Amino acid sequence: MSDQVKLEIRNMTKIYKTGDGVRNINLTVNLGELVTLLGPSGCGKTTILRTVAGFLSCDTGSILIDGKDISHLPPEKRPTAMVFQSYNLWPHMTVYENMAFGLKLRKIPKPEIQRRITEMLELVKMSGFEKKYPNQMSGGQQQRIAIARSLLLQPEVLLLDEPFSALDAKIRSQMREELRKIQTDLEITVVFVTHDQEEAMALSDRIVVMNKGSFEQIGTPAEIYDHPASRYIADFIGEMNFIEQRDGTTIAVRPENVTVELGDGTGGDIGGYVRTIMMLGHFYEIAIGTDSGIVKAYVSAETAGKFKRGDMVNCFFEGTYRYEPDSEKKREKIAPA
Amino acid sequence: MSFLNPKRWYHSLGKRRFYEALLLIVFILFFYGPLLYTFMLAFANKYEYPSIIPSQFGFQWWNYVLKQPTLVKSIGLSFEFAFATTFISMIICLPAAYVLARYNFRGRKMVMFSFLLGNAFPKIGIYTSMAIVFYKMNLMGTFTGVLLIHLIECMMMMIWLPTSAFRNVPANQEEAARDAGAGPLRTFWYITLPTAWPGIAVAAMFAFIASLGESTGTLLVGLPYYRTMTVEMYGVILDYPSTAGAVFSLILIAPNLALLLLMRRYLGADTLARGYKMG
Repeated sequence: MSDQVKLEIRNMTKIYKTGDGVRNINLTVNLGELVTLLGPSGCGKTTILRTVAGFLSCDTGSILIDGKDISHLPPEKRPTAMVFQSYNLWPHMTVYENMAFGLKLRKIPKPEIQRRITEMLELVKMSGFEKKYPNQMSGGQQQRIAIARSLLLQPEVLLLDEPFSALDAKIRSQMREELRKIQTDLEITVVFVTHDQEEAMALSDRIVVMNKGSFEQIGTPAEIYDHPASRYIADFIGEMNFIEQRDGTTIAVRPENVTVELGDGTGGDIGGYVRTIMMLGHFYEIAIGTDSGIVKAYVSAETAGKFKRGDMVNCFFEGTYRYEPDSEKKREKIAPA
Repeated sequence: MSFLNPKRWYHSLGKRRFYEALLLIVFILFFYGPLLYTFMLAFANKYEYPSIIPSQFGFQWWNYVLKQPTLVKSIGLSFEFAFATTFISMIICLPAAYVLARYNFRGRKMVMFSFLLGNAFPKIGIYTSMAIVFYKMNLMGTFTGVLLIHLIECMMMMIWLPTSAFRNVPANQEEAARDAGAGPLRTFWYITLPTAWPGIAVAAMFAFIASLGESTGTLLVGLPYYRTMTVEMYGVILDYPSTAGAVFSLILIAPNLALLLLMRRYLGADTLARGYKMG
């Protein structure tokens, strides 16, 4: 990753007839950086990606790649390549033909095409699949080929629209790792769209959290997790307990920052009784019923063993966020379920 | 021969299945009986009262029919029209079908529906009013005139089936091609058309068959210069022995059968059902 700006979106607005869309989008992506647009469906993240690719025109504003305005160009003239959630590959062509399509249009000589495809298939670990048709491959394999096909076009910016969300969990995380490795090795600039916050955390250099057509927060995964700028983000990223205060503000605390001790149920930062104890893999979740609702705590197996249902406990918070009622009210109206 | 006794069948099959089987047999006789009879007639050299099946089989009537210059000419003409109709209707209808599939403009459903209208009235009425227009435009008795009639015959098929075929091509696949550097025309030619091909092929087949089978309009507009097989059929029925008629009708059926067999793979009930779904 370098400081050189690769992609710049300036003041971009795109409103659909229904009134949905994105407003006043400003974003810069550096060379070799992977930026994720994260948000619930309908928040406008795909709209931004499609305007960059050229499948949608923006109402106002401009899109620059390497300082050149590309917003008036049709998709075939833009130095971008896009991978979709599904139906990427052309079903009537073999893997080889799928991959060669763009190169042939660029008038690259045949032996060179052959060489590049062989190399690329090796990179995505799909050597030997040249003669297969898309319907002879699994979803994961098809997405590998789709990504490989896009990489062959040597795009200035690679656009990925939820490319792994149709795959099952195990393959998804495996594909994530491989994508991240290829992306950093080749120093490709990527804009990645997802609604899966875990995926965004795992992959990104920076995350843009979106809500109702605008940006809520831009930052590295750690910044966003540790300092959620609004209650909406605190709610959307990771697990969070919200405790309403008497003055109208809300205290938020992550379950891993809650320590639980046996007690009278009135002490500590908040007191209550143990409602449930659940094992979630290598840690346990204890749900504590309090006067202000349920508070969740993540604890080790060892700690969890000290409690049973119905025990009175006191909770202590190790790092809290406070959200003002005003902003909360505003958020409440637009925050998704 | 006791196994021929229907009473035994009734009891071994059970009441319901017996009547079902009976119904099926009646159906089969109803549909295939005439066809079988035509087959028999076409290959009957000698077939005289009172024998039930011909006493001698052979190709005598085939030789006879294929030696009639007017009949042979009509076969050629029919195929000329069928190929021209299929080709021209594809050129006209495929782009239209693509637009209907991809763009949601106002009145889209009306346009789809309007193609149904042509098939909703007795054809002879439409052809007569067309003939009036054709007289004024000097299209009566011309190749173009007959071709127009045949085009109308297959318009609906050629719009509806390809529209659904195009709609089943995921937009992502076209976008991926644009992304790879192909312009709109190349994308259509290399991606959309090949993917939608099965549906288009079925529509083309129906257009071909419809053109081969068209008789009313051709008779009205084409006579006396353009006499296709179906038009000649009227004369054959009146003027030739029934055995010659059988030969001629087999020649008419054969290409349809061949096409249906060829397209069997694409011809599912769902292909057609999807094609006739409006929306």
